[in-house]
Amino acid sequence: MKFIHYLESISGVSIYPMISLLLFTTIFSYVLFTTIRMKKKEIDEKSHLPLD
Amino acid sequence: MENNKLEKFYYDNNIVKHFAIATALWGAVGMLVGLIIALQLVFPFLNFNIAETTYGRLRPLHTNAVIFAFVGNGIFMGVYYSLQRLLKARMWNDTLSKIHFWGWQLIIVLAALTLVLGYTTGKEYAELEWPIDILITLIWVVFGINMFGTILTRRERHLYVAIWFFIGTWVTVAMLHIVNSIELPVSFMKSYSWYAGVQDALVQWWYGHNAVAFFLTTPYLGIMYYFIPKAANRPVYSYRLSIIHFWALIFIYIWAGPHHLLYTSLPDWAQSLGTVFSIMLIAPSWGGMINGLLTLRGAWDRVREDVVLKFMVVAVTAYGMATFEGPMLSLKNVNAISHFTDWTIAHVHVGALGWNGFLTFGVLYWLVPKMWGTTLYSKKWASWHFWIGTLGILLYAIPMYWAGWMQSSMWKEFTPEGQLQYQFLDTVKFMRPFYAIRSVGGLLYLVGALLMVVNLWKTAKQGNFVPEEAAEAPQLIKNVIVKGKEHWHRVVERKPFTMLVLSLVLVALGGMIEMIPTFMVKENIPTITAVKPYTPLELEGRDLYIREGCYTCHSQMIRPFRSETERYGEYSKAGEFVYDHPFQWGSKRTGPDLAREGGDKLRRMNSWHYNHMMDPGSISSGSIMPAYTWMFENLIDYECLPAKMKAMKTLGVPYTDDELNNCISLAQLQAKGIYDDLKKDEKNLLLSEDGLQQDHEIIALIAYLQRLGTDIALTPKK
Ligand code: HEC
Repeated sequence: MKFIHYLESISGVSIYPMISLLLFTTIFSYVLFTTIRMKKKEIDEKSHLPLD
Repeated sequence: MENNKLEKFYYDNNIVKHFAIATALWGAVGMLVGLIIALQLVFPFLNFNIAETTYGRLRPLHTNAVIFAFVGNGIFMGVYYSLQRLLKARMWNDTLSKIHFWGWQLIIVLAALTLVLGYTTGKEYAELEWPIDILITLIWVVFGINMFGTILTRRERHLYVAIWFFIGTWVTVAMLHIVNSIELPVSFMKSYSWYAGVQDALVQWWYGHNAVAFFLTTPYLGIMYYFIPKAANRPVYSYRLSIIHFWALIFIYIWAGPHHLLYTSLPDWAQSLGTVFSIMLIAPSWGGMINGLLTLRGAWDRVREDVVLKFMVVAVTAYGMATFEGPMLSLKNVNAISHFTDWTIAHVHVGALGWNGFLTFGVLYWLVPKMWGTTLYSKKWASWHFWIGTLGILLYAIPMYWAGWMQSSMWKEFTPEGQLQYQFLDTVKFMRPFYAIRSVGGLLYLVGALLMVVNLWKTAKQGNFVPEEAAEAPQLIKNVIVKGKEHWHRVVERKPFTMLVLSLVLVALGGMIEMIPTFMVKENIPTITAVKPYTPLELEGRDLYIREGCYTCHSQMIRPFRSETERYGEYSKAGEFVYDHPFQWGSKRTGPDLAREGGDKLRRMNSWHYNHMMDPGSISSGSIMPAYTWMFENLIDYECLPAKMKAMKTLGVPYTDDELNNCISLAQLQAKGIYDDLKKDEKNLLLSEDGLQQDHEIIALIAYLQRLGTDIALTPKK
């Protein structure tokens, strides 16, 4: 009862996780990049939003 | 922006109040039902022999009430309060708010009624039948429109991280609910899952796993990111970390979940990337806990004083523990031990009681005095609640962890001669004292919650509710987009909202792409020629099995371990489930596995099943299985069989026209066979007042039980 087995027997199945992996890696890297580069002032402003 | 005129507007507190009351009310109901079923596992007679109050029907009621009624209303309470303030805008449309509120309560009431009446799809946490599924979708859309409408008419340019969590929740829950609820209606209040067997299981647990993520976790993280800073009166420790926390979580759940199944089919470099990625993503979820706790840095003296903060600290700690344990449980060798045992139950309750429950209590204790313009009626009671609740969680979780571990060891233990050491029944009896202690834990937790309800009630009475809270903010100047020249990305960037939605749609798309192989898997499951569709009577018996929620205590999935094949017979094959709409693998073995109940190894006499279903305790002394006496009075509903068979045929079950046209007489014929067999042994049967009858439901159920696992046994051994 190995699911992987049934999934793997689908021809060309690897393309699906590949697309997902690349999609997520791209978005995540982009998010990581922009987040790290965010200006201190903007961070402060945003983090104070609940308190205003 | 400065020269822009201040606008006066009002926050709608009324809707928040409604959701807050509903949260407290349904919370108490959900916990009470939980306590009842916990007690039923110690004292089976506590179902009073009424169909509507047996374990198999109340357990779905408990899970649905806690998840969708208690936490659901809690989410909406938190969202409707924080969203307005974070965006400096009233909820977009009052009517939609009201429709959302009353619609959701209607769903809950309908759910409670239909579940106890036995209307269920038989898929865990998605038990509600198709008309209610549609209603849920509609109300969810109303919620979405209202939320997005508010975001679009906001007076604050930036979207605080909590709102990201809310939007992520909305998009993903919509996707999960729709995909998992695809079912073919047979009649009003009866449907069959579109998927079968392995495929149904893959879709269901993709849903189940992500429901925990996107209903119990992400919206509550949004609430955490708003209410902890609010209660502590200081900004979140690291805003950067909170953004990464958000994206990391979305990816962990959506990507890493079903992906595990496909992992090995990836090229090497992608596998390495995937591994690095998965590990990298685990850190932020703990980062989230640390972020929540560190927000309170330098305020620990206040935590000792302030009950709201106390609840929140325990909640966040429980979140950390549950998210650490979760990945552990997904390790193959840990899962081999924990799966089907009460370990899982302990795990989910650390999450539900600790994380969701305590965060909700904290928010309620903060919100009610605030909205009623007063202070908490009794700090002492609240403090008592905190300690009783904490003790309750410990008394719940610790015995269940221990018992779950022992249960698993007992199932797997062999004598030196190579025989199984314990009968299943021995393990059932062993569990009873632990179930009893767990009930005490649950009772304490409930008492604490009730104490809170009284306390908040008194608080509200001494205060004055402010339904419309006045506020002022400058209008947001709309971005002017110069058409033509600009690069598309800069246009998008200007509108953080568009950007956000776009990326979330991409995430949803990624999740769907990931799921596509699952939809194709059907063709790839090797058919076993010996596996035949259920006969009409067996199909009816199977529907009774679903109606009574037998899957809440019984699995139908024999894993390829020696300890399981010794006990239950040949391990389960994917091809055996191709006609199972829905699958009934179950997730918990309070009773033994039934996948091969009719097979060579386990097969019982018809009369054994008859008596066992009538009074399990008298056949298996010490059993905690409920008696099903009403099945010895209710008559089989033959009339609905043609519609059911037709629906199954539509779903791809190869019934012949002959079977379809004659299904009623075929069923009656098979029932007669079982009846005749029972008749021979009538003096030894435990009979109801109606005596032995061919058309009693029990006959159909026996037909189904005797069929289970026989296909493979019938294949001649090579
Ligand atoms: C509260 C949990 C619970 C529920 C709900 C439940 N069972 Fe059981 N069942 C048990 C336990 C515990 C045992 C083992 C003790 C015994 O034999 O009664 C058991 C045993 C059995 C057995 C005997 C297996 C064997 O060969 O020894 C059958 C058959 C069975 N259950 C069928 C059902 C059916 C059908 C339903 C639904 C109508 C159901 N059970 C609902 C707990 C449950």
